[in-house]
Amino acid sequence: MKQTYDVIIIGSGPGGLAAAIAAKENGAEDVLIIERDVELGGILVQCIHNGFGLELFDKDMPGPAYAQYFIEKVKGLGIHILMDTMVLDITSDRKIYAINKDQGYIELNARAVVLAMGCRERTRAQILLPGARPAGVYTAGTAQRFVNVEGHMPGEKFVILGSGDIGMIMARRLTIEGARVERVLEIMPYLTGLTRNYVQCLLDYGITLQKQRTVNRIIGRNRVEAIEAVSVDEKWNPISGSKEIIPCDTLLLSVGLIPENELSKKAGVLLDPITNGPYVDDRFMTNVPGIFAAGNVVHVYDLVDWVTEAGYVAGKGAAQFAQSEKIKAGPQIALEAGENIRYVVPHTLDKDHLAEDLVRLQMRAIVPIEERVLVTVEDQNGAVIAKKGEAYARPGEILSLVIKPNAYEAVQKATSLKVNVRKR
Amino acid sequence: MTEVSEIICVACPKGCPLQVRYEGDKVLEVLGAGCQRGKDYAICELQDPRRMVASTVKVKGGLHPLVPVYTRSAFPKPLIPQLAQALRQVEMPAPVVIDQVVLENALGTGIDIIASRDMPEAS
Repeated sequence: MKQTYDVIIIGSGPGGLAAAIAAKENGAEDVLIIERDVELGGILVQCIHNGFGLELFDKDMPGPAYAQYFIEKVKGLGIHILMDTMVLDITSDRKIYAINKDQGYIELNARAVVLAMGCRERTRAQILLPGARPAGVYTAGTAQRFVNVEGHMPGEKFVILGSGDIGMIMARRLTIEGARVERVLEIMPYLTGLTRNYVQCLLDYGITLQKQRTVNRIIGRNRVEAIEAVSVDEKWNPISGSKEIIPCDTLLLSVGLIPENELSKKAGVLLDPITNGPYVDDRFMTNVPGIFAAGNVVHVYDLVDWVTEAGYVAGKGAAQFAQSEKIKAGPQIALEAGENIRYVVPHTLDKDHLAEDLVRLQMRAIVPIEERVLVTVEDQNGAVIAKKGEAYARPGEILSLVIKPNAYEAVQKATSLKVNVRKR
Repeated sequence: MTEVSEIICVACPKGCPLQVRYEGDKVLEVLGAGCQRGKDYAICELQDPRRMVASTVKVKGGLHPLVPVYTRSAFPKPLIPQLAQALRQVEMPAPVVIDQVVLENALGTGIDIIASRDMPEAS
């Protein structure tokens, strides 16, 4: 086995697969994917529902089919794969330490690294859920793996906390498998997942969603017997007289995802406290030269298609870096979150990058606007550099906007760039 | 008499709110759709609602005990519970390949249920 690779990618979900393909196609000779599972594909393997590929392929594919398309491409390109292998450490000079059962302890060198570890689910501890600690409390993604890959039903009567996409998709999935979903509770006054999932996962199956309502406590000694639900005000304080005991044997949590960056931190990668992912430029390079990041490790996307696209950008950047040990970069300019914008990815833009390629920005709104909005990128004088109309802006759905190469001149003159979303 | 129904399009992740004006079975107008797919969806939703359905079937001797499957095209909504039940009876021998039919002409709809990935034999 080789010791030194042009590009090493950590993780083989949609971000990692796309990064590997793009690295190879942009001139990197030796590309290696390190995956801790026994097969490629990451979480797509358990996302058996449809709805993947609509943006990139104009095709409605299930997750495993979407993954297989890229897996076959990876294999066809002669990309090296280390499966069932756990990365333990990465250094800022791109040494990677890993273990697996065939080779034991492995030391590798990479000219460029792409971090593609994805994200993990918020757990009960992270939302400080009170009450007893019986069996029968799972994150929605864990239940998804049980039901869709391993063939176990985690319970019969469910309550789901959180209206995130995985929670709603699991509500439908469990119903199809013969379980009863008593309720979906959402602490926010709005849906946190996609509206289409509310329609086709909850409405279609007659599953009730209650907003501004949460779990007050879990009841049960050995196994969950019920949960106590309660309404909350804007500050999440319980409203008296609104309690309800809902009998159930399982509680699923769909309460948010956090980019998985334990390895990134070891390599000296700086994290944005808002996204919980690395600060990245428009090639998805982190603050550590030669270490790139792609997909949900940067910020949590709501469509896999955008993860794939981010993987392509990061993989191309990594290949360029590997070949020259640096990227010919122009002056950098920050992309700031302006009116009603929580964050913008990428955090900075290389002014010269626009000469060769368009740059896609992705951001989340702070509060929902349920009417036509205009997303704009403005310079220090309020001049519009790029804009896009949308039917609405919702915190649960990423806003996406492209700065086209024809904005090159305007960006050259700008001293600051701010992204805003406003009513039209 | 003209009636109006408000539905949310699920043809893509955008989720356009649609207003459908119809008389009996005849759709007169679809408002609010961002594309042609949305208009088609609205008409279908009123006359013959269908959904893509994804589930799993058992596999004997595979890398995993299940293989994910889905409907080759959108499936009549009222028949989804029956389809779920029918799929629970299916067991495939490994290996299974992507797009392989696991249930032909499901419930007489003319729609095949196909595998959404390869499932190799357990090594």
